Amino acid sequence: MDLTYTQEERDFRARLREWLGKTLPELPARPSPDDWPGRRAYDAGWQRRLYDAGYAGLHWPVDAGGRGATPTQHLIFLEETERAGAPYVGANFVGLLHAGPTIAAEGTAAQRARWLPPVLRGDEVWCQGFSEPGAGSDLAALRTRAVRDGDDYVITGSKIWTSHAEVADWCELLVRTRSVSETVPKHRGISWLAMPMDAPGVTVRPLRTLAGSAEFAEVFLDEVRVPVANRVGEEDDGWRVTMVTLSFERGTAFVGEVVACRRTLGELARTAKANGRWDDPVLRRRLGRLYAEFGALWRLTQWNVSASEASGGVPGVGGSVFKLAYSHARQELYDTAAEVLGADSLALDGEWALDRLSSLSYTIAAGTSQIQRNIVAERILGLPKGR
Amino acid sequence: MRAVDFRLTDDQRDLRTGVRDLLAGRYGREALRASVDAGGTLDRRLWRELGEAGFFALRLPQERGGVGLGLPEAVLVFEEAGRALLPGPLVATHLAAGAVPGAAEGTAVVTAFDLGGPGGGTLVAHLGEADAVLGAPSLPTGEPVPSADPLTPLHRVASRPPAASGAYRDEGALLTAALQVGGALRTVELAVRYGREREQFGQPIGAFQAVKHLCAQMLVRAEVARTAVYAAAVTADPAEVAGAKLLADGAAVRNARDCLQVHGGMGFTWEADVHLHLKRAWVRAEQWRTAGEAEELLAAELASAAM
Repeated sequence: MDLTYTQEERDFRARLREWLGKTLPELPARPSPDDWPGRRAYDAGWQRRLYDAGYAGLHWPVDAGGRGATPTQHLIFLEETERAGAPYVGANFVGLLHAGPTIAAEGTAAQRARWLPPVLRGDEVWCQGFSEPGAGSDLAALRTRAVRDGDDYVITGSKIWTSHAEVADWCELLVRTRSVSETVPKHRGISWLAMPMDAPGVTVRPLRTLAGSAEFAEVFLDEVRVPVANRVGEEDDGWRVTMVTLSFERGTAFVGEVVACRRTLGELARTAKANGRWDDPVLRRRLGRLYAEFGALWRLTQWNVSASEASGGVPGVGGSVFKLAYSHARQELYDTAAEVLGADSLALDGEWALDRLSSLSYTIAAGTSQIQRNIVAERILGLPKGR
Repeated sequence: MRAVDFRLTDDQRDLRTGVRDLLAGRYGREALRASVDAGGTLDRRLWRELGEAGFFALRLPQERGGVGLGLPEAVLVFEEAGRALLPGPLVATHLAAGAVPGAAEGTAVVTAFDLGGPGGGTLVAHLGEADAVLGAPSLPTGEPVPSADPLTPLHRVASRPPAASGAYRDEGALLTAALQVGGALRTVELAVRYGREREQFGQPIGAFQAVKHLCAQMLVRAEVARTAVYAAAVTADPAEVAGAKLLADGAAVRNARDCLQVHGGMGFTWEADVHLHLKRAWVRAEQWRTAGEAEELLAAELASAAM
């Protein structure tokens, strides 16, 4: 147990802080939430700056075009960028945090060379085609079919909850390449494909969220042809390939957000001091408890990072423990914000109101809390599977 | 060269294993139930053995006859004591090592005015068997009061000196939080074991999601609290210690409640150990720093950090 940083890590932090101080004022104004082409251009511009400064793919392995930084350096990067108010990963989320790491871990040399550099430079945007109308929590029940025809797969089906579909160049797509039967369980006939979003037969229909904006979309696939060479991993082995991706999603994807929550909690305390709500001891104690919870979540993040450092960089099921605690605490944070603001929390011109609406997805996205509890109970605690 | 690292060193791992083995051999379930049957009388011989094993002198410098270890090692040891439901004023006697004669060796039993917050409650734990009270010039007299926890006898005293244990408060809170974490982790194990053994409707009840999700949430609470306690042991920051106590109290009490629920009717019996965990967790939650005090301290810290 040791919570101090090495000299190298302190130097890394100092250089990054200096670079952020110089670079952030040069950024253009942020586009409006509905301006998707503008958002893509803004996110790509930020990624390009990171790339030119040597911060792109910091934690990716060197042979995948990354910088081979330690998990602790990656943690420092996420902490400092969030603290400085740098842009969020945005449209590059899937490329940098799901598809990219999967290709780096499972792809051939040719596949890495084709897809990874454009992700790191911010030139190409990826989206995720996993969930289907009939396959949400039970992802392995997916039914989108891919049939071999010469050197292509011909794909028909539909995907849902696909973020950034409107502006994406590529989709990491899960398809069924083998029918479920008595001898083939549902997770044994799935393959992982990289599908170009401009292929004939791809139709994107935006979905409006309860927050009012179109943050994700439905994607309809009608006899879309994708080269067999675009398959990452073996045919029918896509479920295992996907699990690698999902463990990345649950392991380190929330680091920046914990830092953001701690900053938000500070803003909330200032607001409560200013509007007099701080004098309510019940509310004040609730804020004190949240301060303890987010402090512990930050330590748990460090703990998970040091555990992944020991395991060679692949985050394990401990990510589910973190996600359960974090998603609950974050919703509690915005409920407390509403109590600080009173009726003002209903006015959507305030920054808190929209954040509160967004926070409702945290116990659902990337595996619902109920699915996470099943994972914790069965894979960590060893409780039996139900019938 | 040092780095942010939560992994235990080999020495820390060995220490934890050593304490777990010692307690398993010396204070297993039979001994636990025997001390319940004996009405919570403290086993003086066990107390001396703990002293010989270095339990109380753990953080005393070696030149003063101690083991010379720090808070990170102490929380590992106390976590094990919490797991085993080891009774007695463990934290107070540990804090008294070097200050009260016999405390380091386990030949003296030292309690503290650690119940009821700074304003002064009048209940004192283990007073009947104590040789001294931490920070008090003499041993006060008190009337025995029936205690909710069969292994924590209580006395009511007429008055207590103001802030008698104030100087020890942060360390007392942290070590008590470590006991709570041990209890919280132990009740997860008990609930999981019962969930795998007990069958209803033709399958282990642990296969039902209603039970499974209770157990998963127990582990989440315990792991978050454990992280907070380990980190606070390294930083010794008062706000981080208060946060650790708050989260560990919640984890220990809530987990014992959920463990009781998983055990169904058995959980409500005297025979099952679950109630002993819950009652001890209630006691520890009142010691050194209560939830309300911790939350106010944390709120003040949040406000000063935010301004």
